Amino acid sequence: MSERPEIGGPVESEAPFAARTVMSADDIRRALSRIAHEIDERTKGADVVLVGIATRGVPLATRLAAKLGEVQGRTVPVGELDITLHRDDLRLKPARPLLPTRLPEGGIDGTTVVLVDDVLFSGRTVRAALDALSELGRPQVVQLAVLVDRGHRELPIRADYVGKNLPTSLRESVRVRLAEVDGTDSVTLSGDPAGVGE
Amino acid sequence: MKRHLVSAGDLTHDDAVLVLDTAVQLAAIADRPVKKLPTLRGRTVVNLFFEDSTRTRISFEAAAKRLSADVINFAAKGSSVSKGESLKDTAMTLEAMGADAVVLRHHASGAPYQLANSGWISSVVINAGDGTHEHPTQALLDAFTMRRHLKNDTGDLSGLRVAIVGDVLHSRVARSNVLLLNTLGATPVLVAPPTLLPVGVESWPAEISYDLDSVLPTVDVVMMLRVQQERMQAAFFPSSAEYSRRYGLDRRRFELLPDHAIVMHPGPMNRGVEITADVADCDRSVIVEQVANGVAARMAVLYLLLGGSQPPTSEESA
Repeated sequence: MSERPEIGGPVESEAPFAARTVMSADDIRRALSRIAHEIDERTKGADVVLVGIATRGVPLATRLAAKLGEVQGRTVPVGELDITLHRDDLRLKPARPLLPTRLPEGGIDGTTVVLVDDVLFSGRTVRAALDALSELGRPQVVQLAVLVDRGHRELPIRADYVGKNLPTSLRESVRVRLAEVDGTDSVTLSGDPAGVGE
Repeated sequence: MKRHLVSAGDLTHDDAVLVLDTAVQLAAIADRPVKKLPTLRGRTVVNLFFEDSTRTRISFEAAAKRLSADVINFAAKGSSVSKGESLKDTAMTLEAMGADAVVLRHHASGAPYQLANSGWISSVVINAGDGTHEHPTQALLDAFTMRRHLKNDTGDLSGLRVAIVGDVLHSRVARSNVLLLNTLGATPVLVAPPTLLPVGVESWPAEISYDLDSVLPTVDVVMMLRVQQERMQAAFFPSSAEYSRRYGLDRRRFELLPDHAIVMHPGPMNRGVEITADVADCDRSVIVEQVANGVAARMAVLYLLLGGSQPPTSEESA
């Protein structure tokens, strides 16, 4: 979700500017701890379900649930959501493989669902996730937590919980790596912020 | 993955596993309150059926509708085909109406190949059974069912032995299954009277036996084929009573199977001929489940062939 090749953002290996680390593993841990506390504060004891958007939203949701569980002293249910079939750009690329969609045992009806994703960019992924969610049940409230908000929204969508606001140029690409998927925790920014490399 | 699905042999190992993996995710839709996805909105799927069919046509229709495609059903009976219109003219009419996919069932073997390669139409062609040739989506749903029961929904079918019993000569299901089972690493065992095996069957990648009782203890799956009386212009066996005594699956033969083995049948069944009612209805018979899995397998094929700008490239499916 963090790259949009049609914008022309350079591929990392070809980029004239080296990737710059904007969040370390410790930064990610601290950001998630803060978000967990914010969720606890803002939802005021409501029945919270964390739903990760595949791929990297899922490990983030699992980590947040563990932290929120510590704060609240209960087990926080986690779900995972694959939004491929709801994307609005399906026909622009070859058909993609599907990933699992799983909801916690009790479902999401009447709960407060916090959608979790790694990067908030155009907002199209979140739009697709809201559509996908509405077919799975009817939550009381839906909120959004993201690790990085890089701006450049194309839809009227905003996040309720943000790990880091990261002002970017459209030529740059943000890459989130998580230990569960990539073996390491980091957020890097690469590419040419001013476009002088072209 | 190729653009059309004409033969089960069109699928590579990775393609076939991708279809099955996709079907696993799409099968979960059946348990949801809203059994509908917006994925193929605005696409048109034409079911072009020149031959009678209940489950395949309904299954394709349900699959396309769950993905929000528009479905046009075309049955040759009551259409211009009965006035003598050719396949080419019918196909070009559909093309002019903007069909994105044509699901073709035809009594002539090779009709889907002809349609896919003739240049008459630009839409995707999916073979829904042609003559005595192939029925690839049936093989996919059979593989999906075997994998669900014996391989925990993951990987391929390596190591499984699958007995395919009965009228292999007239069976497109058998041909597609032999190809796909080989692709997925399983061993098909064809069991039939010699008169119901096609010429040249020894060159097929399958074991051949004439004795069902000796095969049953060695297999993980037994797939009973329908005796296709409507395709038989000659006497292939003396009587249906003799056929069922030699090749029918009854309670005694069922007891010969290993405890984990499952019983399959592509339908429609001739109860009392190739399978007895008590075996068809027992708890290790997955015949009804095959029908449900058919919708998921066909959704997977429609999604992969129509969902993107092109079918998945091998890089993407890895």
